[in-house]
Amino acid sequence: MAKKPTKEHRSWVEAPVVEAEIMASGLDLEAERAAHPRGVPVKRPFKFGRWFRATGWRHIVGIVMTLFALFPIVFVISSSLNPQGTLTGSNALFSSIGLESYVRILTDPQVPYPQWFGNTLIIAAATAIGTVFLGGLAAYSFSRMRFTGRRFGLISIVVIQMFPQMLAVVAIFLLMSAIADWFPAIGLNTQIGLIMVYLGGALGVNTFLMYGFFNTIPASIDEAAKIDGAGHARIFFTIIVRLAAPILAVVALLSFIFTVNEFAVASVLLIDTEKQTLAVGLTKLVSNPRYADWSAFSAGAVMAALPVVALFLFLQKYIVGGLTAGAVK
Amino acid sequence: MSSTIDEEVAAKAPQRPTKRQRQAANIADAASGGIKMLVLKLVLLGILDAIAVSAVFVLVMGGQWLVAAVVALVAAVVNWIYFSRRKLPAKYLTPGIIFLVLFQVFVLVYTGYIAFTNYGTGHNGSQEQAVSSLMASSLQRVEDSPTYPVTVVDQLGTLGLLATDPDGDAYVGTNDRPLEPVDADMEGGKAVATDGWTSLSFADVLARTDEITELAVPFSDDPNDGALRTPDGSTAYQYVSTLEYDEAAGTMTDVTTGTVYSDIGTGAFTSESGEELLPGWQITVGFDNFVRAVTDERLAEPLVYVTLWTFAFALISVASTFFLGLFLAIVFNDLRMRGRRYYRVLMILPYAIPTFLSALIWRGMMNESFGFINQVLLGGAEVPWLTDPFMAKVSVLIVNLWLGFPYMFLVCMGALQSIPDDIQEAATVDGAKPWAVFRLIKLPLLLVTVAPLLIASFAFNFNNFNVIYMLTDGGPRDSNAPIPVGFTDILITMVYKVAFTGQSRDYGLASAYSIIIFIVVSVIAIIAFRRTKSLEELN
Repeated sequence: MAKKPTKEHRSWVEAPVVEAEIMASGLDLEAERAAHPRGVPVKRPFKFGRWFRATGWRHIVGIVMTLFALFPIVFVISSSLNPQGTLTGSNALFSSIGLESYVRILTDPQVPYPQWFGNTLIIAAATAIGTVFLGGLAAYSFSRMRFTGRRFGLISIVVIQMFPQMLAVVAIFLLMSAIADWFPAIGLNTQIGLIMVYLGGALGVNTFLMYGFFNTIPASIDEAAKIDGAGHARIFFTIIVRLAAPILAVVALLSFIFTVNEFAVASVLLIDTEKQTLAVGLTKLVSNPRYADWSAFSAGAVMAALPVVALFLFLQKYIVGGLTAGAVK
Repeated sequence: MSSTIDEEVAAKAPQRPTKRQRQAANIADAASGGIKMLVLKLVLLGILDAIAVSAVFVLVMGGQWLVAAVVALVAAVVNWIYFSRRKLPAKYLTPGIIFLVLFQVFVLVYTGYIAFTNYGTGHNGSQEQAVSSLMASSLQRVEDSPTYPVTVVDQLGTLGLLATDPDGDAYVGTNDRPLEPVDADMEGGKAVATDGWTSLSFADVLARTDEITELAVPFSDDPNDGALRTPDGSTAYQYVSTLEYDEAAGTMTDVTTGTVYSDIGTGAFTSESGEELLPGWQITVGFDNFVRAVTDERLAEPLVYVTLWTFAFALISVASTFFLGLFLAIVFNDLRMRGRRYYRVLMILPYAIPTFLSALIWRGMMNESFGFINQVLLGGAEVPWLTDPFMAKVSVLIVNLWLGFPYMFLVCMGALQSIPDDIQEAATVDGAKPWAVFRLIKLPLLLVTVAPLLIASFAFNFNNFNVIYMLTDGGPRDSNAPIPVGFTDILITMVYKVAFTGQSRDYGLASAYSIIIFIVVSVIAIIAFRRTKSLEELN
């Protein structure tokens, strides 16, 4: 079966290796041929057919998929720049360009977009910080201490995280209405209440990500610090937290993105329009796309997506690692 | 000192430390903590205790003894943990566990309880509340009753009426507190002010007219005695309910028609002809909600197709995103290809955009008559993307593919790159064709890494609320069903819509549906843990 590889039959894997070797060694053509008796040429005449079979078709797949991935994004950017309001008017891409829609959504007294934006930032940031803090503390104790009920605690967290809070949205609503009867400041229709509910999910997959990461930090560092007289709190806050900064950033970002996206619980708990988040407000704004001010919505969507996309691309490398460790979109 | 350190190091050893070692560790910890940490700890605990004490106070004033006891107990335990020299793990776990128990564990248990009640529109409170609300809503002015001059008064935001009866005595009361005699400043035979209450000025009365006309101050604890109401804020009349409540018999009688409504255990006063007086009250109804969900034909049919579609949606979403992601990972996992980085960044953009925004944008693009897809891409076609039951399902799957393929692409790319090259080289040397290398070597290795993520992805899509709710809102609506449900609803959106949208809210039924999801997710979880043995590996 094993044929002697020729130009055409070369295995598609070894080519880059061979070529890379050639590039690296910088040998001249003759020496190269001598070194590689199989006769791999250094420079071959360009042939479209060969190029297409090797990498060309990959570019076609890439272009098709890029178009599929990008056309909704192009569409929304185009319609956000369209001064006209309607959905129909947005169909001719980039037919007219202006920032009127942005001005409209930012200043319309009926649509408190800036407030939604601020609310979302506050709620998501508070939830992210709280999640990192609570999850980090728990992960530290699981990673560094041995105590009765530790295994039970770890298993409980794995099991409980399978059941999203959204399942209990009815009970959360009734619980928060009951709390509002006695403590209106933290009950229904308050952002603090919503943040508290989100923190209920802090000890979930996040703790697990951090637990795994903390385990990779050698315990000898702790011991050295202990010998130098550091207490457990100092070890956690000054050593572990700093060494684990990348994973803490990932957990904070995942929690942030999750909170920005969360609709079910937020829509039920936040009743007043000016207290709502972007997800709740914008969804209600375009509940009927035919009559809604589509350009203004698009402008709002672009502004809402920009910070998240920027953060995501900026921290891409870390996030992908975190995602494969468990979190799913 | 050195012996302390030795013992401290020894305390890290796996076997349980002796008492002396623990003491030594504690001394070392306390010595290194520093005064700042101590002050911080005291301040934080002080704030917490102040909040707890005021909360207990409020709850006790309101008669919520059980909740007050729980709050007090939790506060005591927290103090004990943080002032104890031991309990080190507990110090780190307590904050998270409090939130976890209240907002994740308790609410799930509470959902289970609600599923066994008739909680919902018309069944929101206790029987007592239902009685007073029924009486209040059927009040009618007593003909030729005396007029009571009144002053509207306010106590900490609660409005009350300061009334003067025909004998010249002053009484004060609110919606919840029956009239009781008070000493008041009289002005021309009318009480105008009393201690502890702020009298409203004429301008205030005008500003709060709506609240004032809603006031119905009962004469006594017995709702049959009627109530005082004022149409203008200066004179009040006696109103008596057209319903008469007989507490001993537990019946309501409509005095105008003579119909007797009795409590027959369904959570509402019901007449013999089956007519219900609403609001009723909340009772536990056993398995009624579950029985209703599966035996009532108009409910059972939606439940069946929603459940099937939930499984289909989750399975197809996982499969389609995985295969597209895997295909792309293979295509782009070739070092000869130029510009791979750019393709990669462009293709993961859908994943970086918040889902709710993407789904809303797609909703606009898929609009039948004005959307971008029909008008521009298909040149004026009239494809009913979101309005036809079948096409709406296809649309949901397309959009979810768009949202989800970048994740699978990233995951598969990572998994492929982590497979060592020498395995492949060995296979190639043995004469395996590329396809055989992939199918027999790479794919099995890839699946080992990716399988747990596929299960997690299934569990996630099973409850993928945003895509369904933002894109189709579950629609097109099924007009035969008595609950707001549509052909693309999955279980979780059905729960949300039954509980919070539509004419009447039915928390009981919604919670029963939640329990069904709970059971399904549990089964998935058990299978996942069995398969991956991840629980056994925990240590």
